[in-house]
Amino acid sequence: MKENNNVCVIIGASHAGVNFAFALRQQGWLGEIRLIDGDFHLPYHRPPLSKAYLTSKDGIDKNLLKSEESYQKGNITLQLGLSVLSINRIDKTLTLSDATQQSYDKLVIATGARAFIPELSGLENASNLFSLRTAADVTAIRDAVNNCLNKRVVVLGGGYIGLETAASLHKMGAKVTILEREERVLSRVTAPQMSDFFQELHAKNNVSILTNKNVTHIEAKGSENFVFCSDGSSFIADCIVVGVGIRVNIELAQDAGLEIDNGIKVDAYNCTSDPSIYAIGDCTFHYNPHYDRFIRLESVQNAVDQAKIAAASIVGQNNRYDTIPWFWSDQYDIKLQIVGLSTGYNNVVIRTEIGEIIKFSVWYFKDNELLAVDAVNNAKAYVYGTKAIKERKLIDKLKLSDLNTEFKLENLFL
Amino acid sequence: MAKITFITKDNQSIVVEGTSGSVMELAKQANVKGIDGDCGGVCSCATCHIYLNEADLLKTGPASEIEKDMLELDDDANEFSRLCCQIEVSEAIDGVVFQVVR
Ligand SMILES: Cc1cc2nc3c(=O)[nH]c(=O)nc-3n(C[C@H](O)[C@H](O)[C@H](O)COP(=O)(O)OP(=O)(O)OC[C@H]3O[C@@H](n4cnc5c(N)ncnc54)[C@H](O)[C@@H]3O)c2cc1C
Ligand code: FES
Repeated sequence: MKENNNVCVIIGASHAGVNFAFALRQQGWLGEIRLIDGDFHLPYHRPPLSKAYLTSKDGIDKNLLKSEESYQKGNITLQLGLSVLSINRIDKTLTLSDATQQSYDKLVIATGARAFIPELSGLENASNLFSLRTAADVTAIRDAVNNCLNKRVVVLGGGYIGLETAASLHKMGAKVTILEREERVLSRVTAPQMSDFFQELHAKNNVSILTNKNVTHIEAKGSENFVFCSDGSSFIADCIVVGVGIRVNIELAQDAGLEIDNGIKVDAYNCTSDPSIYAIGDCTFHYNPHYDRFIRLESVQNAVDQAKIAAASIVGQNNRYDTIPWFWSDQYDIKLQIVGLSTGYNNVVIRTEIGEIIKFSVWYFKDNELLAVDAVNNAKAYVYGTKAIKERKLIDKLKLSDLNTEFKLENLFL
Repeated sequence: MAKITFITKDNQSIVVEGTSGSVMELAKQANVKGIDGDCGGVCSCATCHIYLNEADLLKTGPASEIEKDMLELDDDANEFSRLCCQIEVSEAIDGVVFQVVR
């Protein structure tokens, strides 16, 4: 697979696609590598969009995944502002938004996900309503918030993106209210204790989080919006940020007849049901050996690791995808680091360190098996959790929660 | 203005100059192999690991507590390790030589 004239085309130039392109070149692929993306910007980091980048005055060029020069050096062609409309598997071609066609020998689908906009009556007429997934979204949110007098912002959704956005907007001087439909924030991904912690953290910073708020419709009056909930309450907003989740960009793959199941189904090498087509990143439904089940992940770690696996596989080195997921979230001065998947836990152990700054960790177990760790301002706990999960170590829960036991990896094992 | 030298694992020497931002960002701009910076520079990924010598360590200062903890993820970390996203580019570090670990 090293022939000079082979063409590898990648749809989607973000964390997965870009890392793949460079990994493939590094693996010794001599043929052409083409990255296509509908976004006009040079590929950038997404996590800062709701964090430091939102509050800064920087242009997106401060947050590039790779410098422009790197693409030239790597002989990787970037085709930006161009969307792929269809994959024609029989003749191995793509149809693009400029009505041209391109052929491929290997195709990589790295189309990720898009923000989900719920169907709410009045939403289409709301003023200053944004989602938060792209650099353009952030530019629009910054402009709107900076240009409005009252800066009353309602954030729909109390997931990580909603919470981070709220913290950032607060820093920009906005009066922020988060409306969450469930009875607690982060309900799908963390233990109730973590939800309580974030709820209080935001309250302390004068950001109100209101739960059990099912938004039913929005009414725009002049430059103000009224956001109505099913319990009869309503909220005034100069700006609305919608952070209620994503939809995976599977349509291209689906229309091409590739196997789909909560994402594009891939094997341990990130190959789809067509041997010439791979899929990587947020758009994949893949097997995680450690947790022994198929999952879909939205994380940089998964995008980068799958990119490397797919690149190796295309040049004939088959390394199976086998990693422990990790993730982070920064809000105010709190740094949350997560390792593992907590789904299926039935008990937790919480260890709170004594000291001036808030520092604790939540350890998720299924019976005695450690599944995941949420570490707050506690990189040590994150690192220990990573090692313990990887090596499937049995943890001494009593010692873990006992502050008289020094917090050291050796001390935690049974 | 600070002049910084990166030595990659395959012994390539790359000299760059910078005035602000983090050393990781500078390395990314110069396309230094082995500095991935997957988390964008927030001390969450440990993919920007470098070694420096004792004299240069005095110039940059030691790793912070969280940085030290994160370095423990990497079996190759030692007392001369730093995560270079946590090092600010400034005159103070002019002339340093960073050895890329990965
Ligand atoms: C605000 C925000 C904060 C986040 N914070 C964190 C964090 O702290 N930590 C973390 O690990 N992860 C975080 N994430 C998630 C992380 O950014 C994603 O997991 C990552 O971007 C996935 O990369 P990807 O390349 O798979 O997909 P994406 O980043 O979604 O990229 C897909 C690309 O494909 C392009 N595309 C799609 N369809 C087509 C088409 N038909 N033609 C051409 N181009 C197409 C899109 O334009 C897009 O650029 C965050 C995400 C957001 C939005
Ligand atoms: S860039 Fe992630 S830790 Fe330095």
